[in-house]
Amino acid sequence: MTVLLAAAAAGLFAIGTYLLLQRKLSRIIIGLGLLTHGANLLLITAGRRGDPPIVGTGPESAFADPLPQALALTAIVITFGVTVLLLSLAFRSWLLTRDDEVQDDVGDRAVAGADVVHDEVSDQEQVIAREEAP
Amino acid sequence: MIAALAALALTGLVLIAFGARLGRRAFLIGAVPLAAATTYVALQLPLVTSGQQVTERAGWAADLGLTIELRLDGLSATMSLIIGAVGVCVLFYAAQYFASDARDLGRLAGLLVLFAGSMLGLVLADQLLVLYACWELTSVTSFLLIGNRHTESRARAAALHALLVTSAGGLALLAGLVILGEAAGSYRLSEILQDPPASGTAVTAAMILMLLGAFTKSAQYPFHAWLPGAMAAPTPVSAYLHSATMVKAGVFLVAVLAPTFATADLWRPLVLTVGCATLIFGGLRALRQHDLKLLLAFGTVSQLGLLMVLFGAGTRGTAIAGWMLLVAHASFKGALFMVVGMIDRHTGTRDIRDIPPLLGAWRPVRLVALLAAGSMAGVPLGAGFVAKEYIYESLDVASFPGVALVFAIVVVGSMLTVAYSWRFYGGAFVAPRRRPSGDRAPVGAPSFSFLAPAAALALVGLVLGVAPWIGDGLANASIAAYGGIGEIHLSLWHGFGIPLALSVLALAGGAALALGDRWIQPLLARGGSIPSGAEVYVATLRALGIAAARVTGFVQSGSLPVYVGVIMATAALLPAGALLLGWEWHGWPGFGRLSEAPVTAVLLLAALGAAIIRRRFSAAVFLGVAGYAMAGLFVLSGAPDLALTQVAVETLFTVVFVLVLRRLPEEFERQSSSRRRVIRLAIAASVGITVFVLALAAAGVRLSPPVSEEMVARSVPDGHGRNVVNVILVDFRGFDTMGEITVLAVAAIGAVALARVGRRAAEARGVAPRPTAPVRRLAFVDVSVRVVFYAVLMMSLWLLFAGHNQPGGGFVGGLLAGSAITLIYIAGGIDEVRALSRFRPWTVLGTGLLLAAGTAAAPLLGGGAVLEAGSATLELPLVGAVSVSSTLSFDTGVYIAVVGMVLMAFDAFGDDPAEAAS
Repeated sequence: MTVLLAAAAAGLFAIGTYLLLQRKLSRIIIGLGLLTHGANLLLITAGRRGDPPIVGTGPESAFADPLPQALALTAIVITFGVTVLLLSLAFRSWLLTRDDEVQDDVGDRAVAGADVVHDEVSDQEQVIAREEAP
Repeated sequence: MIAALAALALTGLVLIAFGARLGRRAFLIGAVPLAAATTYVALQLPLVTSGQQVTERAGWAADLGLTIELRLDGLSATMSLIIGAVGVCVLFYAAQYFASDARDLGRLAGLLVLFAGSMLGLVLADQLLVLYACWELTSVTSFLLIGNRHTESRARAAALHALLVTSAGGLALLAGLVILGEAAGSYRLSEILQDPPASGTAVTAAMILMLLGAFTKSAQYPFHAWLPGAMAAPTPVSAYLHSATMVKAGVFLVAVLAPTFATADLWRPLVLTVGCATLIFGGLRALRQHDLKLLLAFGTVSQLGLLMVLFGAGTRGTAIAGWMLLVAHASFKGALFMVVGMIDRHTGTRDIRDIPPLLGAWRPVRLVALLAAGSMAGVPLGAGFVAKEYIYESLDVASFPGVALVFAIVVVGSMLTVAYSWRFYGGAFVAPRRRPSGDRAPVGAPSFSFLAPAAALALVGLVLGVAPWIGDGLANASIAAYGGIGEIHLSLWHGFGIPLALSVLALAGGAALALGDRWIQPLLARGGSIPSGAEVYVATLRALGIAAARVTGFVQSGSLPVYVGVIMATAALLPAGALLLGWEWHGWPGFGRLSEAPVTAVLLLAALGAAIIRRRFSAAVFLGVAGYAMAGLFVLSGAPDLALTQVAVETLFTVVFVLVLRRLPEEFERQSSSRRRVIRLAIAASVGITVFVLALAAAGVRLSPPVSEEMVARSVPDGHGRNVVNVILVDFRGFDTMGEITVLAVAAIGAVALARVGRRAAEARGVAPRPTAPVRRLAFVDVSVRVVFYAVLMMSLWLLFAGHNQPGGGFVGGLLAGSAITLIYIAGGIDEVRALSRFRPWTVLGTGLLLAAGTAAAPLLGGGAVLEAGSATLELPLVGAVSVSSTLSFDTGVYIAVVGMVLMAFDAFGDDPAEAAS
């Protein structure tokens, strides 16, 4: 870990987060991609950096740590898959609305407005009303 | 004992699942395991009465310290006999109570048996958590039993009320049990009681929480309202649960804890106050009821209060009195509920203002009711009288603070008991004869087998009332925890003394109340202005619902940026706070090599550009540049595999991104206000700073040598490969890779499903897909692609095969093959891609997954572990010795899966814009 790479990871995280907070899905996808780059950077700098870990090409004590590399490779490929899924969401959004903006959730807004009285409460209130009228 | 519980559980479940056609016989079938359990307990009585405990244990989750431990001592033997005997009587009674064509009897019988099993487990439990589990099981089965007629809103409301109150108490009980167990260092009840933890705030808190659980379960004031409501259950259920067994669970818990805790500061004031209040309140409300069942329910509430007082007082004498009352109450309450059921069945009403005169053949029923009601009132020759004698005697000699007041309240409570006992008997049998009956035909009397269970219970009460010394052994075993001198000898006659005088006084006072009923009713009616328990419950529910809606409305505003912002801010601030609190500064790590500076600069500038730029395509290109810069960093860090993968992924990603972007508007519109932008910048900056500090802090904290040293050492001997990263991916950590390609498959399926749904809807509507417009092909692209395609494909296959010993592998190979497919797409459009092979993309993907999974599972056939790698050395004629490893087929599966994924991505997005817009 060096200051330079730590700063690079921090910068990627910051820019990625800023983009993640937008409303346009394409910007969110770009932000996610940058966030992933930052995370991979943190991963590989967590281990020792050095020579490529191919046995036989040099002293093993100078090898870079292969385990974080394997983990980062997995992360890269999975992120590719997830990003393709997100892109299909953007595509679907375009099909429906000709744009890729993420709208507010209608159901959540409805809950905020209503005072819900549940079935159980009204059941019990009915029972009390009936018992009190002999 | 465990076998008995298991038999009950099994029978109950079988009856619920398959008992639909059994009808009333289901009850008789259910009585068999219950009778067997009772017999077993009865056979253990000689052991128990000689002072020993019978214990059994079975492992459950031994690593967590959970074992099922059961113990049979005096008090639990008493309760077990009550549960078993009353249960068998109730089951026989239920077989007569329900009409032969009633529905769902199998379920009812099964639930009753399940309840009996869980109640039995509760009283036998020696381990705190087993106790809690059985406690909650009784709540759940009670809920299902009360709500048996689930189409009636009254039954549903009552069942929910009971469940909510008893479960809330159950949660408090759990907290108390856990605190107690942790404070005592052991979760075994017998150990805790013998060696109690030192008193302190923890133990006091645990005590109060456990008492809260006991109060809700035993319907103490103010948690009592669920018990009258539970009368919506069928009468056999009420006779079992709500008079004899379930409501006694709280009293049982208090009885078990009292010897140890009674001397604690808060115990007696709390328990005695609540018990006395319940005693008086229940009695007063009982005097106002017209419905026989509700009268008995409030009577039960009152008696439970008295039991709570007796057991909670914590002296030897009151414990004996409590034991006697426990047994007596089970017998007389059960019998009385059964009588109510008989009256209800034969006359159709339970209201004392409407019951027709019950003459002639009803004489046996009247006798049973008289015996039971007399026992309840404390008339001599009933078990209740003996209990009352012991109650007065013990309270007379007890010496805890406040005993005089408690004594007086108990006497008043006894008067109320006499009064409502008379109200019951008189209202059911005496008053109807005085009313003008008109020309109603005499009501048919219950058959012998209908009456028999109630008669049996009343007979038990009579026998115990006349010859109470029968219960000597069990009574002595039940108070063993109190120590003290000598054995108790239960007797009927205690001589002339204060107890007898008080008994007479209570009978007289009660008789006076009963005779003066006309003047008392208006007084009692004034008490109706106090909000009843049910009203408080409903108000609480309503307030809870409104509060929940308000909080949800505030927190869940529906806006995605708000949700993400909250998540990211928390993710940044929580670790930052933890770091600030506990971190020691180890000094700055090195600045970094100079060779990395340009690459890092390109990376950050490209990222910045992707964020700021307004045009969508340009933003995508900048993102691609950032990705290539990352690949450069990977090369500088000694990760060639990673760099290859990153380059391939970035290329493919940019292509797919552009495929989707080409349909969207060209520019991002400027949207948000400057205030929102400032908030976003603030959250982003905090995340960045946290990550920076986190990265620096993580630099200096390595404590142990890394795991990968062993992986490097084993790579050639065990993994048969020199590329350590690839060996890790397909061999040492092969499961991760299996999961990875599964994720790829799932994502690909989702993407295709989402993207093609518009097209499928159009096809369903019958709109024929428009013929694809012929793609304008550029000659030189066409030709060069044909040449390059095969070269790239060869390269990808080489990467696959060589990956085990050099940078490469299944992932890189598959991605490179995907790039080759991209070239085909650029040259000829989606039709060319589809023409590449007969197989649909998902077939390719599935084949890859199957190959990888098959390679992983194959070792199982030979007795090895999953993903165990094997290798062989083949002698090929011209080439010589070639060593082949099974990881190659795994890697090939990965390769094919990645190719399938790319094909699916193209299938989803690759159609011409004009066609997809239909």
